[in-house]
Amino acid sequence: MSEQNILEVQGLKMYFDVSPPFVTRLLNRMPKQVLKAVDGLSFSIERGKTFSLVGESGCGKSTVARAVAGLYTPTGGDIIIDGQNLATAKDRSKITDISRQMQMIFQSPYASLDPRWRVRDIIAEPIRAFKLAANKEDEWRQVEQLLVQVGLSASDGEKYPHEFSGGQRQRISIARALSSKPEFLICDEPTSALDVSVQAQILNLMTALQDELGLTYLFISHDLAVIDHMSDWIGVMYLGRVCEITPKSELFSNPRHPYTRLLLEAIPDLKGRSHRKPLKGEVPNPITPPSGCTFHPRCPYANERCKQEQPVLGEYGPSQVACHAVEEFRI
Amino acid sequence: MAVIDISNISIEFPTRRGVLTAVENLSLSIEAGEILGVVGESGAGKSLTGNAIVGLLEPPGHVTAGTILLNGRDITHLPESEMRKIRGAKIGVIFQDPLTSLDPLYTIGRQLTQTILTHKKMSHAEAKARAIELLNEVGIPAPEQRFDAFPHEFSGGMRQRVVIALALCCDPCLIIADEPTTALDVSVQAQIIDLLKNLSREKGVATMLVTHDMGVIAEAADRVAVIYSGRLAEIGDVRSVIDAPKHPYTRGLMDSIPQIGQNLKTLPNIIGAMPRLDARPEGCAFNPRCAKSKSICRQQTAPLIETGSDGQWAACWAYEGGNKYV
Ligand SMILES: Nc1ncnc2c1ncn2[C@@H]1O[C@H](COP(=O)(O)OP(=O)(O)OP(=O)(O)O)[C@@H](O)[C@H]1O
Ligand SMILES: Nc1ncnc2c1ncn2[C@@H]1O[C@H](COP(=O)(O)OP(=O)(O)OP(=O)(O)O)[C@@H](O)[C@H]1O
Ligand code: SF4
Ligand SMILES: [Mg+2]
Ligand SMILES: [Mg+2]
Repeated sequence: MSEQNILEVQGLKMYFDVSPPFVTRLLNRMPKQVLKAVDGLSFSIERGKTFSLVGESGCGKSTVARAVAGLYTPTGGDIIIDGQNLATAKDRSKITDISRQMQMIFQSPYASLDPRWRVRDIIAEPIRAFKLAANKEDEWRQVEQLLVQVGLSASDGEKYPHEFSGGQRQRISIARALSSKPEFLICDEPTSALDVSVQAQILNLMTALQDELGLTYLFISHDLAVIDHMSDWIGVMYLGRVCEITPKSELFSNPRHPYTRLLLEAIPDLKGRSHRKPLKGEVPNPITPPSGCTFHPRCPYANERCKQEQPVLGEYGPSQVACHAVEEFRI
Repeated sequence: MAVIDISNISIEFPTRRGVLTAVENLSLSIEAGEILGVVGESGAGKSLTGNAIVGLLEPPGHVTAGTILLNGRDITHLPESEMRKIRGAKIGVIFQDPLTSLDPLYTIGRQLTQTILTHKKMSHAEAKARAIELLNEVGIPAPEQRFDAFPHEFSGGMRQRVVIALALCCDPCLIIADEPTTALDVSVQAQIIDLLKNLSREKGVATMLVTHDMGVIAEAADRVAVIYSGRLAEIGDVRSVIDAPKHPYTRGLMDSIPQIGQNLKTLPNIIGAMPRLDARPEGCAFNPRCAKSKSICRQQTAPLIETGSDGQWAACWAYEGGNKYV
């Protein structure tokens, strides 16, 4: 593991059993059904940088986030945080330390805050859980400081979540996530539920906090303009796998994977009238994914090999790409 | 004559703490073949405006002032029985979540033929043929084979296409599409937008496209209306509003949208938040957040004022000298 990397994910697999109930299966002679939400995914994140995952709905972004956050036990693969393998770590104190360093911010600022708690208690919860305050006074002082840090006022701590707007609630979630003094934040669509004007405020807050505290972000969004604004590195996902990992500048100027190219062409932009080409077809059913390269049914460059053989990530300049056509210099 | 012509409507909700004016003095119209985009922050009143047109305001909400004309006919206060006929025959409605418009217990085919049969005099076989034609039109591959499928057997994008097919059953002259692509991926979104555009271009349908996605507006709409705190802030040709927004709110909104390749360290953003409807400030509702605010802004609501010769109007005192909309 390289010193610079705060996180390394290697061959991560997350399978879900989505079989019908046992009796139904028996009666209809149905086999077990397994949904491979994440199927052999590797990437790493450098300390202090933002790595983003992008891809269509259902490609497995949130599942990766939840596995990294320790909310799921992976079916396979390794998640190494600060040199500690989350999958094999036995030492409880090590795991506690890892979970303190790592916090998650969710898409919905409504669902993630307990409506019965005062804001100050919501924010103080991780401080208590990890015993980070010397006494009550110290705890309140930390909470007040966090509220101010995310652009709220100290007196807001007395209120309840329903008294706040969506953007303010997301600020509260961020304050809570920051309260255990993490180095690494996992942000799953943190602004998708917010209006654009509010989104700008939250994104600015996240960038400022990163500068101030040296945070590392695993950032998830389906909005490529937001991805462009926030990221240093980007992983493009398709059906549980990563098809391209690339520095931000390359993604937009020199996309290599056919899916990445089509994704970029499909974004509406403010300038023009309809030069975008709709991506044909839809994301296949993940329970019965296509053979070979799972993108082949929608890919304009697919050939016989693509239908049979799954491509693996290869290095092309600063990027990593999993595509036969790229490997064969066909594109 | 415009297909739909709303003038000076207000929508109110009586509440325990007094009357809440959710939409105030709002006017807009849509011509045949035109797509009017409606944008605004969550809670601004976009859906209420759409729902008022189709008579689907949830009580106790109701239209307290102004008129809604459909092809010249006043439909503002029609009884529900009359309104239901109009909804089926003239107006197609598409909501964000396709599942709210589809019955999970019936096949796609049955829902389509039933809808056609309630509004058109034709045999069952003819209705089925028409339904298949519609499914084909909205881009469902192999519609004959999918005819007996249930909604849950379709993906989100396909379901939304079925909803559009349902909305088209009776050749509507007006489509109200409330966030039709918000739940869908960019790839599928582009297909649905194309479909809506074709309907207005080829069949002359007037479309009200409610969305908070400016990219979708830029691509699909001919004109755009910007709503802020229940009032029309700006309306005009889509290129003028996007490239040269006149209302300070629209300007702030446009600036805060990240764009690819922009490379800004921080995004420009409007300070503060849209006021709650029960705590709208005196005068222009945007004044506490506006850098240009002057004393009249804090006293009187700004009328819609023409800001250029190209039919761009803004409700902002900065254009005080211009033509006012009455
Ligand atoms: N707990 C679970 N049980 C069964 N299937 C699941 C579970 N969680 C996720 N899935 C499935 O795994 C796949 C990936 O889901 P995931 O939520 O990670 O996608 P996503 O990329 O985050 O999509 P979105 O952009 O819609 O949030 C989907 O097909 C989903 O239905
Ligand atoms: N039944 C009701 N009683 C009281 N107020 C209501 C009711 N329905 C809607 N409102 C208020 O009217 C305002 C406008 O609502 P509307 O649904 O039109 O917003 P919108 O612009 O469509 O927002 P969104 O983008 O979130 O869909 C909201 O602030 C809402 O609180
Ligand atoms: S491997 Fe083949 S099918 Fe897959 S993206 Fe590359 S060219 Fe297309
Ligand atoms: Mg997700
Ligand atoms: Mg709405």
